[in-house]
Amino acid sequence: MTGVFQSVAVADEQPFSPRSVPTRADRAFRVVSTTAAMISLLIVVLTLVFLVDKSRPAYRQSGVIGFFTKSTWVPGSGKFGVLGLAENTMLISLVALCVGVPMSIGMAVFINEYAPNRVRQVITSAIDLLAALPSLLFGIWGKVALEGSITKMAAWLNGHLSVLPFLRLVSGHAAKGVLTGSTFQAGIVVGIMIIPLVTSVSRDVMAQVPREQCEGALALGGTRWGMVRDVILPFGRSGIVGGVLLGMGRALGETIAIYLIVSEVVAVNTHVLTTGSGSIASWIVTNFDGTSPLGRAGLIAAGLTLFLITFFVNVVAQFVVKRTGRFS
Amino acid sequence: MTTTDGAPPTQPVPVIVDEPRIIDDGPRRRPRFTREGLTDMVSAFLTGAAGAGIVRTALGWHGYLGTGIWWYIIFLVAYYLLQRDGASTEVGLDRVVTVVIWSAGVLVVAVLAWMLIFLVVRGAPRLSPGFFTHDMSKTGPLDPGGGVRAAIVGSAEQVGLATVVVVPLAILTAVYLHELKGRWSTLVRFAVNALAGVPSIVAGLIVYTVWVVGGHGPSGAAGSAALAILMLPFVTRSAEEVLRTVPDPLREASLALGSPQWRVVVQVVLPTALAGLTTSAILGVALGIGETAPLILTTSYSNATVTNPFHGPQSSLAYFVYTYVLEPSKTQNQRGYSALLVLVILVLVLFVLARYIGGRSRRKLRRSR
Repeated sequence: MTGVFQSVAVADEQPFSPRSVPTRADRAFRVVSTTAAMISLLIVVLTLVFLVDKSRPAYRQSGVIGFFTKSTWVPGSGKFGVLGLAENTMLISLVALCVGVPMSIGMAVFINEYAPNRVRQVITSAIDLLAALPSLLFGIWGKVALEGSITKMAAWLNGHLSVLPFLRLVSGHAAKGVLTGSTFQAGIVVGIMIIPLVTSVSRDVMAQVPREQCEGALALGGTRWGMVRDVILPFGRSGIVGGVLLGMGRALGETIAIYLIVSEVVAVNTHVLTTGSGSIASWIVTNFDGTSPLGRAGLIAAGLTLFLITFFVNVVAQFVVKRTGRFS
Repeated sequence: MTTTDGAPPTQPVPVIVDEPRIIDDGPRRRPRFTREGLTDMVSAFLTGAAGAGIVRTALGWHGYLGTGIWWYIIFLVAYYLLQRDGASTEVGLDRVVTVVIWSAGVLVVAVLAWMLIFLVVRGAPRLSPGFFTHDMSKTGPLDPGGGVRAAIVGSAEQVGLATVVVVPLAILTAVYLHELKGRWSTLVRFAVNALAGVPSIVAGLIVYTVWVVGGHGPSGAAGSAALAILMLPFVTRSAEEVLRTVPDPLREASLALGSPQWRVVVQVVLPTALAGLTTSAILGVALGIGETAPLILTTSYSNATVTNPFHGPQSSLAYFVYTYVLEPSKTQNQRGYSALLVLVILVLVLFVLARYIGGRSRRKLRRSR
């Protein structure tokens, strides 16, 4: 027996591996593409370093804690506080998620399970196109074309659901001027803007459900909605959550559409239907022109805050999506 | 002997079954839309109309939006009840969800159509050949005339410059990530993803801080740098997706023939993926051309046509739109709408081009398999 083993061991040579001996050209090729890859890494690190470095004067003036707990913006005396801006940014994203997420999941289910072939092509093209259109168009459409409907919709919501504190108006009844330029209006437009992203992530995840399971559900007599509800959505849950977070990251960073739509305020405004909102990003665009070096530092500090928030949201999102599968 | 369901014989007994009746047609799909279904839908629709109408008159509403929302809600409830009585709760729910999902699809297409029609109605009247051949240097803000020449030149140069930098870099990075699978892949992929999440305004802010305020002043090239930061992760990620579609046997075959890895990549993988890579590059350009926020911080604005992107403020289509579209006077905001229409048409052309190339290559790949 031992003899047999020995002879096998002798016969077993290492398989020839062409990759183990790179030529000089190969090595050069590796160096080039590695360098390219490192540049992305460098950009991220440099962004962080520069933002931290250039925003220090603002923190020094207003104190790090004060910067995050106050809602003021007086560049002249260096009083900065992003609480209101951050809160309004978050609220716009939340409204956007309320609009965008049901639509996106609906679209993903519609495209993957419901739509006949022809309709599917129309819908996927429409959604891809929605992703390609510039945010300027969303912004100006949301401001001009949507203004009337938004006023009515806000009045309707306020009339029916004013039990909820955030749907109350600050003062009195619904007058026309009060209901535009609000978190609600911006949120709806941003919600439409995130539909393509959330839809495509959810679709990818839902397409990974083992087909036998879906067919099994149908074969057991389940309806199509039963299959979606009990097989597809539970299977894709964490992927969908990741997609929603990615959409939130996008919504948080949206600038120009929000800039065009809302009337900017620094203060905290939890009444989503009333005028006065804003986001960190649009605040930077509004205020950067002709500001003092100190004011600039304040804006950079606000940008850093935004960067950290979106970075965090995106990292969590990618982690969650990656756990479900391919979307690395 | 016949067997009955549910009581199988304990021992294998030879079973004589009746001559099987031959079913001459295959499994039949039940029609989704029966006459009863249609009747139910129509009557639910009418119920909704009646219900909403009654509430409307009773409460003295004026708007149509609220009535419409109530109409839809009552319609869904009535449809559900009718279907439930016809079949079962589960079936009723299924039908209602089908209706809701279809209406969501219609809504998305309708919103898109609304946006495009809105833009065409506002922007088309002022479009003329002169709009493309004039800039704003000799036209006062309130005068008619003027055009987007400066903006088009600026956009072309800024996006072009960014593309020239980004596309090779992105493809090399994608090669590193998917072909070399180097030691740093995980970290680089993380960085690329993180970069993809960077808000456009932050990309603008970083160039503004480092370059514009750092003593070089605003210029088209600064805008290109900001655009490049935004386009890089986008193109890298889609390029990596494209490389993933290249079948592995192609790589293995050429490695087995003894070619070094760089030749495999340059002569086999990249040519196979060429169309897909072109698509991702075009979509990257479409992304860059529509970006506004970073340009506001980096390029500033100029009325005259500036051909040198490395020196002094330069206009761009997005900035042009941003400058004019919210102005109160009609001559000014119409100019903005027209420029936005030009921008959207450009994006649409790029989009269709990308789809065409991408679709053709996908067909080719499928045939080669």
